[in-house]
Amino acid sequence: MHNTKKNRLIDKSFQFWGIGNTFIGIVLLAIFIGYIVYLGASRLSFDFLSSLPSRFPDKSGIYTAMVGSVWIMFLTAIFAIPIGVSAAIYLEEYQKKNRFANILEINISNLAGVPSIIYGLLGLQVFSRTIGLGGNLLAGALTLSLLILPIIIVATREALKAVPNLIKDASYALGATKWQTIRHQILPAASGGIMTGIILSISRAVGEAAPLIVVGALAYVPFVPTSPMDDFSVLPIQIFNWISRPQAGFIVNAAAGIIVLLVITFSMNLVAILIRNKFEKKMN
Amino acid sequence: MPTTIIESKDFNLFYGDFQALKNINFQAEENTVTAFIGPSGCGKSTLLRSFNRMNDLIEGVQTTGETNINGISVYDKSVDVNELRKRIGMVFQKPNPFPKSIFENVAYGLRIDGIKDKHIIEEKVVSSLKKAALWDEVKDNLKKSALALSGGQQQRLCIARALAIEPSIILMDEPASALDPISTSKIEDLIYELKKNYTIIIVTHNMQQAGRISDNTAFFYMGELIECDDTKTIFTNPSNLRTQNYITGRFG
Repeated sequence: MHNTKKNRLIDKSFQFWGIGNTFIGIVLLAIFIGYIVYLGASRLSFDFLSSLPSRFPDKSGIYTAMVGSVWIMFLTAIFAIPIGVSAAIYLEEYQKKNRFANILEINISNLAGVPSIIYGLLGLQVFSRTIGLGGNLLAGALTLSLLILPIIIVATREALKAVPNLIKDASYALGATKWQTIRHQILPAASGGIMTGIILSISRAVGEAAPLIVVGALAYVPFVPTSPMDDFSVLPIQIFNWISRPQAGFIVNAAAGIIVLLVITFSMNLVAILIRNKFEKKMN
Repeated sequence: MPTTIIESKDFNLFYGDFQALKNINFQAEENTVTAFIGPSGCGKSTLLRSFNRMNDLIEGVQTTGETNINGISVYDKSVDVNELRKRIGMVFQKPNPFPKSIFENVAYGLRIDGIKDKHIIEEKVVSSLKKAALWDEVKDNLKKSALALSGGQQQRLCIARALAIEPSIILMDEPASALDPISTSKIEDLIYELKKNYTIIIVTHNMQQAGRISDNTAFFYMGELIECDDTKTIFTNPSNLRTQNYITGRFG
């Protein structure tokens, strides 16, 4: 009997401990966002979104950085998605499960955890110097593609793994080839999970500054990039640059820039969640 | 003289080092129903899946001996496994319709076979659903998702899907084990009906079911085919003591 009381107490205390820890993250994030909005909201305007950078804080805008970010997002997606998804299909559906496959799997997971600045150094040496792209959009996008490839591969494999064997067996039993089964059954069933993984990884790429700085993206770009071979800046670099300026006005600009970046990444995450929910409904 | 459609000769199957089937000699004649019975892990499903080489999908499976379907040695190098499977329908333990419409489920086998003519596809979908005794229940909403059907309807849809590619053999791996008694009896009626045109092998854990629907019964134990005979003989006068013990419920 006496144990019941003690166990209930332990149960209750863990519950409170859990609630407390859950709220640490949420409260800190809320304070951070609240402060940023308080600082930067007044600076948000059409002018801010459509102006080129300037040495005067109140004339300075994020137009070039935003266009640079869109370019980077687009180019990175073009490089990373086809390679990542097909690599995942190969590893999950074709690769025989042997020691080599194990080593590959562990290494891809490890790559997903390599600090982004290391990818920046790799990009600098391979794309900027050896291939000679310099600090242009193409070099940046290729570098970020390397960064998110392992994330896409891991997420896609998880999504493919989640497709029930029953469905695959049904397809094979009707005489379908491996590719027909992948194309008509496995990919449609896994597409929700695959797209969620892709969107989350792209939104990670959009938030990266370090690897692009290493590759040679510029902080001050007084023109809008019009081709992949142009120099560029992106939102995180622009924000980083403003924060390091002494004038108070640039701090407000940085806060406003952060709001824009947050809106972009949050809406991408929202789209990812909506897609996942839609496919889950369809599958059940 | 009845024609032998399925034949295993001195057939052995290994999962890695584990021998799952030992020296199987088995025959099934045209338009008969053969029930495979035996305790779990005895190899009955493995043998069933060896006929259309579904075991190929498991890594590390090796076979020796011979399996002939319609006189063709299916483990011969010249045999195209996809073509083989198109001639053999398979129904699984759990209903496994594709997450697509009822129509597309049945049409799938035709589409992957390269048939594009809409009229042919429609005609075959309708006739398959009729043969699977599902047509009357679904004819008004063929576009509905197959996942919205009941378990019993889903299983008959899976049978219709298998029939659409016009196989001569149907393999059923405990097709009614996940279904309620009413759905089960519908499946059993259907098997009785299908027997006129197809050769059917059914794995079952349900002795009464084996007794009701099969012409022949094969009893498996520890990877060996212990006894295969007329169902009546197996159930009333088995020649092997283990068969008798299993059937009377003394083990298994």
